[in-house]
Amino acid sequence: MNPDVKMHTKLDAKVPAGSLAEKWDRHRFNLKLVNPANKKKFEIIVVGTGLAGASAAATFAELGYHVKNFCIQDSPRRAHSIAAQGGINAAKNYSNDGDSVWRLFYDTIKGGDFRAREANVYRLAQLSCNIIDHCVAQGIPFARDYGGFLDNRSFGGAQVSRTFYAKGQTGQQLLLGAYSSLMRQVSTGMVKLFPRREMMDLVVVDGKARGIVVRNLITGELETYTAHAVVLATGGYGNVFNLSTNAMASNVTAAFRAYKKGAYFANPCYTQIHPTCIPVHGTFQSKLTLMSESLRNDGRVWVPKKPRDKRRPGDIPESERDYYLENKYPSFGNLVPRDVASRNAKEQCDLEKGVGETGLAVYLDFADAIKRDGENAIAGKYGNLFQMYEKITGDNPYKTPMMIYPAVHYTMGGLWVDYNLMSTIPGLFVLGEANFSDHGANRLGASALMQGLADGYFVIPYTIGGYLAQTSFSEINVPDSKEFKQGIQNVQQRIDKLLSVNGRRTVTEFHRELGLILWEYCGMSRNEEGLLKAREMVSNLRHEFWKDVYVPGTGKDLNQSLEKAGRVADFLEFGELMILDALARKESCGCHFNTAFQTEENEARRDDQNFCHVACWEYNGDDQVPNFHKESLTFENVELSQRSYK
Amino acid sequence: MISKTINLTLKVWRQNRGEKKGRLETYSAKNISVDMSFLEMLDVVNEELTKNKKETIAFDHDCREGICGMCGAVVNGRPHGHEKETTLCQLHMRHFSDGDIIVIEPWRARAFPLIKDLVVDRSALDNIIQAGGFISVNAGGAPDANALPISKEIAEAAFNAAACIGCGACVAACPNASAMLFVSAKVSQFALLPQGRPEAARRARTMVRMMDQCGFGNCSNETECEAECPKGISISNIARLNREFLKAEFS
Repeated sequence: MNPDVKMHTKLDAKVPAGSLAEKWDRHRFNLKLVNPANKKKFEIIVVGTGLAGASAAATFAELGYHVKNFCIQDSPRRAHSIAAQGGINAAKNYSNDGDSVWRLFYDTIKGGDFRAREANVYRLAQLSCNIIDHCVAQGIPFARDYGGFLDNRSFGGAQVSRTFYAKGQTGQQLLLGAYSSLMRQVSTGMVKLFPRREMMDLVVVDGKARGIVVRNLITGELETYTAHAVVLATGGYGNVFNLSTNAMASNVTAAFRAYKKGAYFANPCYTQIHPTCIPVHGTFQSKLTLMSESLRNDGRVWVPKKPRDKRRPGDIPESERDYYLENKYPSFGNLVPRDVASRNAKEQCDLEKGVGETGLAVYLDFADAIKRDGENAIAGKYGNLFQMYEKITGDNPYKTPMMIYPAVHYTMGGLWVDYNLMSTIPGLFVLGEANFSDHGANRLGASALMQGLADGYFVIPYTIGGYLAQTSFSEINVPDSKEFKQGIQNVQQRIDKLLSVNGRRTVTEFHRELGLILWEYCGMSRNEEGLLKAREMVSNLRHEFWKDVYVPGTGKDLNQSLEKAGRVADFLEFGELMILDALARKESCGCHFNTAFQTEENEARRDDQNFCHVACWEYNGDDQVPNFHKESLTFENVELSQRSYK
Repeated sequence: MISKTINLTLKVWRQNRGEKKGRLETYSAKNISVDMSFLEMLDVVNEELTKNKKETIAFDHDCREGICGMCGAVVNGRPHGHEKETTLCQLHMRHFSDGDIIVIEPWRARAFPLIKDLVVDRSALDNIIQAGGFISVNAGGAPDANALPISKEIAEAAFNAAACIGCGACVAACPNASAMLFVSAKVSQFALLPQGRPEAARRARTMVRMMDQCGFGNCSNETECEAECPKGISISNIARLNREFLKAEFS
């Protein structure tokens, strides 16, 4: 623990009693119900329309609640869940290869390096099957075999085929399914939709989350909305690194504003670096593109054995290629978990065996798969991914190996929630990537879609009822409410401040610099010296931002520069929190790889004695070190083992 | 990495919010790497504008990997530019030459009111989906996913229709500003699948009505929509929509 960090209370996750398999059923029975006739008296705000947000908003409305649903894009259909490619896991065991709820649970817990909450993960595995049923009923065109039944494939880190998919556009199809259910509820009048709105603050009244302040991105007006509960489904914070596979507008602002209002932020240092992305081409690169890791099912990863080998891949004979994943990890080969694949790619490049013009890439080669299955079969599985790759790079992956490099992709950290998905602020619920709950220190492939939809369709619709049924609410009259007035005033002040700095540097320049610091010192591998250095650098950068940034335009207009400035300002503060969390976790686990803590096989070495907990941070005022709280993780059903994929 | 760079002249539509008429303004885009995407090229121009303390060009964009459907502009007269089956964010500068003059305009359609510069309001597309672009099923009641086998061919045909990203390029391409390709893609996806059949007739009727109400034009078989669709949605979907609609009207 850092000397300047104060340790506080332990957190209660409200995990129900009973055996793992019974917990959720029993909890659902014990939860108080809202009488069907009373549901229409409650209003729920849902921020975000990705898989978690859209599914929650639609399901609340189906149950009879009134919903206000907000999104930053012009349409809810564009939330970044749409870009998920590979698939969604479910313990259906349709492949008859020995899968079960227990195996999906175990794989997820182990994949997360034993830093997730057992009860949540088990529930997730249980609900996975309901998701597939519901999605098929919605008309989602999953891949099928010739008998007309659903097809499955195996996916990063799993030895069974449990991944359902729709070509390389699974996220798109699942999101459009949730969106269609949402649109149906908009047409019934149960959901009121507010597109092109950005949440700027959470409003807490009598200690309960009761509303939000949003900026109308077209007019620039600040608007307030009230509700009996607020649900955040605002995604992850990967864009803190500037370059990531996230969409351009993905940001931490909504979650960070909630943090500043008292919601604890859990495990911010857990960020996943995805191994199969298209390498960076230059300084003005605006984002990175992921190639689904399903590609690793048929592609073979290799680098030349000789450092600085500049020959074309076709000119390098078989004997001079190093298929390093297959050699190092014989039983998992190219399918090792993401963090292992990413670190190994970086290691090869650090040994100067990287390929391509920058030397920051490794090959992903389909030649053998094409020889074995034919070009048509490979095109059937990955056609659109190959097409996308060719579009971006100008290379044809049917003829020459792809080049890939790791990129920031997903953030396991997020706002802390209990078993009911409620944060430390009563009435503030957090779903999907925005919460921290189910993936521990590392997320397995095809599990994000599963979690987003489980939270939205099948968890929050029950647990929010338990909260609403047991809580008494005061009437809020917005014009008279001092909390709402204060909320608007704070947001307005911040906007005015951003517009009035009138310095010399652009927001993008600050963002780029922040990204480089974090990638270097708080990325794939970390150490204390680097983290301490980065903490100071980020802090200096933040102070410089508020002295020297220039934001053109006005507040009362569509002003994309201003939008970005607000988000980057939050990333600058949040970056420090990430670093602090990485410093405090003096072990390696999953994606948090501190070079001081590794096994002889260069795997993450956990310290279960001292760090088997969720690290939670409580805001303590600007420029103050946040308070530290801990949720201890207990494992009653699995044995903690050292991960080994050899 | 050292890669080839080019210099370009841009003519960009600028129109403030609430302004009745816009105008084309000229900008130069210098030292543009051919590996950049079209939107990254616009980022460079916007950075330059910011440094000169001028207001940036507003344009919609988000995922920048061709799937969210948020981006889009008419580039040299063609929605999303001249490359086949490509969104604007996936159009790379290697498809342009040094010295090119590029004209960039917003989608133009009565149903897509202009907001600012290249940004238009496409909420009419959401209205059409609200009118019937769904299967009425509540969470919780579905049978086992494998209880209903669906042939691979049908599933793939439904998938191909479902690949629409709702960007509105079809509307921008159509001389009538019709949204028939968009409507037909959703109607086809559900009409092909057995789960969607119970509501097929109602869906075809309500979605077409809403399209008319929103101010989109009719289809006169120009096939521009198919030519410009970044996802290659086939106009055979429009034929299917017509059949579904006629069946619904006369039954």
